Amino acid sequence: MSTPNTEWPLWEVFVRSKQGLSHKHVGSLHAADAAMAISNARDVYTRRQEGTSIWVVKAEDITASTPSEKDVMFDPANDKVYRHPTFYDLPDEIKNM
Amino acid sequence: MTQEMDLNQRFEQYIAADQKIEAKDWMPDAYRKTLIRQISQHAHSEIIGMQPEGNWITRAPSLKRKSILLAKVQDEAGHGLYLYSAAETLGISRDEMLDALHTGKAKYSSIFNYPTLTWADMGAVGWLVDGAAIMNQVPLCKCSYGPYARAMVRVCKEESFHQRQGFQIMLTLSQGTAEQKELAQDAFNRWWWPSLMMFGPNDATSKHSEQSMRWKIKRFSNDELRQRFVDMTVPQAELLGLTVPDADLKWNEVTGHYDFGPIDWGEFEQVVAGNGPCNRERIDTRVTAHENGAWVREAATAYAAKSSKRASSQNSAA
Amino acid sequence: MEAQEHEWILRLADDALVLAQRLSEWCSHGPALEEDIALSNIALDLLGQARAMLTLAGGREGRGRDEDALAYFRTDSEYRNALLVELPNGHFGDTITRQMLFDQFAVLRYDALANQSVDLELSAIASKALKEVRYHAAHSSQWVVRLGDGTEESHQRVQESLNVLWPYTEELFEDDAVSQACAAAGILPLNASFKEVWSSQVQSILSEATLSIPESKALLTGGRNGRHTEHLSYMLAEMQVLQRTYPGAEW
Repeated sequence: MSTPNTEWPLWEVFVRSKQGLSHKHVGSLHAADAAMAISNARDVYTRRQEGTSIWVVKAEDITASTPSEKDVMFDPANDKVYRHPTFYDLPDEIKNM
Repeated sequence: MTQEMDLNQRFEQYIAADQKIEAKDWMPDAYRKTLIRQISQHAHSEIIGMQPEGNWITRAPSLKRKSILLAKVQDEAGHGLYLYSAAETLGISRDEMLDALHTGKAKYSSIFNYPTLTWADMGAVGWLVDGAAIMNQVPLCKCSYGPYARAMVRVCKEESFHQRQGFQIMLTLSQGTAEQKELAQDAFNRWWWPSLMMFGPNDATSKHSEQSMRWKIKRFSNDELRQRFVDMTVPQAELLGLTVPDADLKWNEVTGHYDFGPIDWGEFEQVVAGNGPCNRERIDTRVTAHENGAWVREAATAYAAKSSKRASSQNSAA
Repeated sequence: MEAQEHEWILRLADDALVLAQRLSEWCSHGPALEEDIALSNIALDLLGQARAMLTLAGGREGRGRDEDALAYFRTDSEYRNALLVELPNGHFGDTITRQMLFDQFAVLRYDALANQSVDLELSAIASKALKEVRYHAAHSSQWVVRLGDGTEESHQRVQESLNVLWPYTEELFEDDAVSQACAAAGILPLNASFKEVWSSQVQSILSEATLSIPESKALLTGGRNGRHTEHLSYMLAEMQVLQRTYPGAEW
């Protein structure tokens, strides 16, 4: 039986579905090296023409925000309504701005 | 302790409000364990499920059917992979899950312990087994755990051709020679009851159901889904000119559903306990593939280590 | 000329079909789930190539044989594939080494067919196939390097694979009346013309993989004329069983 530490590293896969759109996270997979990760990503995540470009990144290289600090991170943006155009009333005469 | 209670309360509120839980969010241990159990079982079912159909790839009766079947079994490998990945977000490694499968600690869907004896089984498996699976899986696209729900969206999208190709095989056989019709009926006879068992024990005896419903990991009960499957499949069997192997089956005007005969849960329990016709072969095949691949996986790891070492020594030289 | 070209298309088609059949045997036995999926993909590409070429060959022949008639109702002595592709899969190192040796050849052959052939139908099939086999070639050569330059065990195993497979490669470059006639008609250059580039590509992959080309005097050949190894008949018996058991049935 294998032991967990011989496992190939986990990679996160991002696919650009068509030119003009940004890459989007589609899932993950295991691969021993970057070339294999790209190759596996192609076979696993773009079998049905889902992509025109692939990024792979080792899962361990991703730095993420801390979920328990979600409130601290994101709630302060709630009351900054002046960042949105709908905050500003315009005279009816002005149709587009 | 109060903090734990706060977190728990918040989690329950979240679920009640139909919010998704993501990988790094706080979750009760039992929720995590339930998910790991369910998702890994689901992944194992996909992987073991490759074998009964893989059994006919080399013997498919036309090159078109061979392509379709190969693509379908390949999809199952893909689905296993998406699901293992979803489970890995909960802090278990794929190797740990595979070990559990290989040592018999983890379960997988019992249906795959039945043999595929004729080509008609490719039809019956696609039509009935995938049909039942889809019925189970579609609600999971809305389950409360984000990574599982997303994996299921992908799985369901890809599965949609699986059932159709199975039905098409049955249709071709049922319109074919007398021998082919017999093959189709025989396969139907063998797969009908095991397909009904796929929905799991009756609601009254299902041990994990209630909590999972509350956590929105499960969204419909076993019996509800089973009834839906019967109602959907019986007219399809009629269209194929096949006889449902159940003397008690009849339309119930009052309920608006088909009544069907009692399921042999004794058989189900035997197969779950490891005494089905193919339990041993399925696991042996899996373990052999894994063991035969060990030197390959090690080589790739060793090569990756060597080349990154070479790359870094080149960088430092430059 | 038509008969010779027919023969020649069958050689191309059978290489793809027989190798696809072998690779499909890997399904659910791969060394990792990801590689299982990759091998199935390669098999599906090859199967698609075989079907396109068998359909073309059957259509031109005008005897009412479609892809399935050609695949399921020819005996082993009527198959025209090279011996290399019919060899049993062995372990993953055997399979991937065979694949690398064949892929490097297939790229050159399809490239010539796509870009130089006067047969436009065939070259259209080849243009599509070329993209596929280029990908296969990258996949298999990367794996040969990983295994060759991996662990001591993998190095030994894959060197042994190479030793066994190498004597089958010469057949790929043989020419006979069929290939000469097709070359003269501008359908495809002589097989021998691919030898030099193939050798240098393979040499460079093998040296990166720290593997060495074996000394070999054996010349294993005959597939193009229907003299196969013992393995092909078994493979076809399995592949053709349903069509032969229920002749005339639709599936």
